[in-house]
Amino acid sequence: MEKWPNNKAWFLVLPAFVIVIFSAIIPLMTVINYSVQDIFGPGQAVFVGTEWFREMLGDYRLHDALWRQFLFSGLVLLIEMPLGILIALAMPKKGWGVPVCLVTIALPLLIPWNTIGTIWIIFTRPDIGLFGAGMNNLLGIPFDHTDNWLDAWITVMLMEVWHWTPLVALLGYAGLRAIPEVYYQAARIDGASAWATFLYIQLPKMRGVLTIAFLLRFMDSFLIYAEPFVLTGGGPGNSTTFLSIYLVKIALLQFDLGPGGAFSLIYFVIVLLFSFIFYQALQRVGKGEKV
Amino acid sequence: MRLTFEWMEWTVPTAIFCGTIILTVLAMSVWQTLAPSLERRGFLPIPTTPGDRLFIGILSSVYIFFAWIGLTHFALWILLIIVLCWIFVVMIWG
Amino acid sequence: MKGKKKTIGLVIYFILLMMPIYWMLTMSLRSNADILASFVLYPKNITFMNYMKIFTDSSWYMGYVNAMIYVVMNTAISLFVALPAAYAFSRYQFVGDKQMFFWLLTNRMAPAAVFALPFFQLYSTIGLMDTHFAVALAHCLFNVPLAVWILEGFMSGVPREIDETAFIDGYSFPRFFITIFIPLIRAGVGVTAFFCFMFSWVELLLARTLTVTEAKPISAIMTRTISATGLDFGLLAAAGILTIVPGALVIWFVRNHMAKGFAMGRV
Repeated sequence: MEKWPNNKAWFLVLPAFVIVIFSAIIPLMTVINYSVQDIFGPGQAVFVGTEWFREMLGDYRLHDALWRQFLFSGLVLLIEMPLGILIALAMPKKGWGVPVCLVTIALPLLIPWNTIGTIWIIFTRPDIGLFGAGMNNLLGIPFDHTDNWLDAWITVMLMEVWHWTPLVALLGYAGLRAIPEVYYQAARIDGASAWATFLYIQLPKMRGVLTIAFLLRFMDSFLIYAEPFVLTGGGPGNSTTFLSIYLVKIALLQFDLGPGGAFSLIYFVIVLLFSFIFYQALQRVGKGEKV
Repeated sequence: MRLTFEWMEWTVPTAIFCGTIILTVLAMSVWQTLAPSLERRGFLPIPTTPGDRLFIGILSSVYIFFAWIGLTHFALWILLIIVLCWIFVVMIWG
Repeated sequence: MKGKKKTIGLVIYFILLMMPIYWMLTMSLRSNADILASFVLYPKNITFMNYMKIFTDSSWYMGYVNAMIYVVMNTAISLFVALPAAYAFSRYQFVGDKQMFFWLLTNRMAPAAVFALPFFQLYSTIGLMDTHFAVALAHCLFNVPLAVWILEGFMSGVPREIDETAFIDGYSFPRFFITIFIPLIRAGVGVTAFFCFMFSWVELLLARTLTVTEAKPISAIMTRTISATGLDFGLLAAAGILTIVPGALVIWFVRNHMAKGFAMGRV
């Protein structure tokens, strides 16, 4: 279906355009301005050129946060994608179980992000938490996420998997539901094993939604802020300081406008590149589905 | 409500930078309204319109800028020439 | 046999899913002294003291009211501007449509942390700091693109013959849009409202940055309690449980449409 060419459609987009311009372009230009100056107070600023960029690009804490971020996002995908697919496969196809499953699974997605952090503080504290106390007292494994960086990472990963695997599962489930029953009948007639059915029918048919799930999970885990901030505050040390947490520390807590601006731009440009790849992949998925 | 631009801390270079980009986007819009161009394949792996190529050119230039700042200490005007050439190449052959 | 294994697996997953929430629930029903004194798997002396405190102390319950106000405002604004925009994207071809769509999408992906600093300055300057409107407007940054994205998917599913017939019958555009088109995509509007509600409800960073006292949402109040000394776990848990309730209610209402929204992968 060809769309109607008509430039008057711009007027329909205009309200959305204006409101997003106000929230996106003006702040972005401000960040650009901040990033080239050393600002002491209102109206007191010295132009420093690319100094902040040089400083931030050479900042080892930023490098560390970036690698930590990639490691985190990588682990998230590695765990959540297979787990989400498994859950999607296990969910019932019809009957009263469907709404029950959907509502239960979707529940973590609607909990405010800082409540997620709070839940996991309470759940994993070595003194009062079920998980923390269980590890320490029942299993005899010392566990304290405020003290040990590995424990902190395990806790953050557990929280992240707990929180977002439902999204992958729901997307996968929606993809599975879209497969016509005829395919399964054909597989049964051919005597295909469950594994073969999964590999040659379900997985290829789920490719579209799984691509989207993959990209969404990657993007969102790349921007993670509230949950680890509440749970570990970026510590112990800097071991769970991800990009957003580090940026907020510089920009809003220390109020270093110049370095904060430069950091914001670097972060934004990284995300912009991923968004572009995301969009291209999405376009391809969209075209593939229409055929 | 008092609207001022003081808090944005404008400087001449950033004003020129933002102004150039906004003007380019506006000019592209006018050009495309008067003479719409079709998608085509160049050396980039995806079919692009001039608007896409402008975006790709600018985004990759920012990465070149970061590499330049982070890795070298050469003067910025050399970078400017390189980047302008690069955007030009992407626009024509991309 | 195979079906049974699946069910067992699913039940185990659900138990693991519910365990942290259950733990917070038991905590919320115990007093702080009790929590610190003994470790039990279920509350022995159930007390509703924590909930009573939240419902009687205005610095707590106003947090919920504030969050509700800006979430509703934001959902209304987002839907209002996104409906015509999504229609334009699904029906027309115009200069810069693809670039525009992409640019909107980048704002869905943009880290809130990048915008927190200039937003703080911007809203201080125009005198909107610490108002509900400021947070509602700031959340438009990611909710308007999201709404456009989801609605565009639903609208593309409506055949264009309907529009053409209506225009031939002499309907003006606004009349057609409001009386015919929007009722057709009711489910889509519902799903969109759900997601706008959800993302505005769960967001913390911008809401915390833009509010001081008057419009402070519950999420920010909770964060403050965490950093304060002498942590009251019972109270914190009760506040947390209460933040889950609105989400759970909303999920129940849209459960049948939710799968469709997810199916298009436009979250």
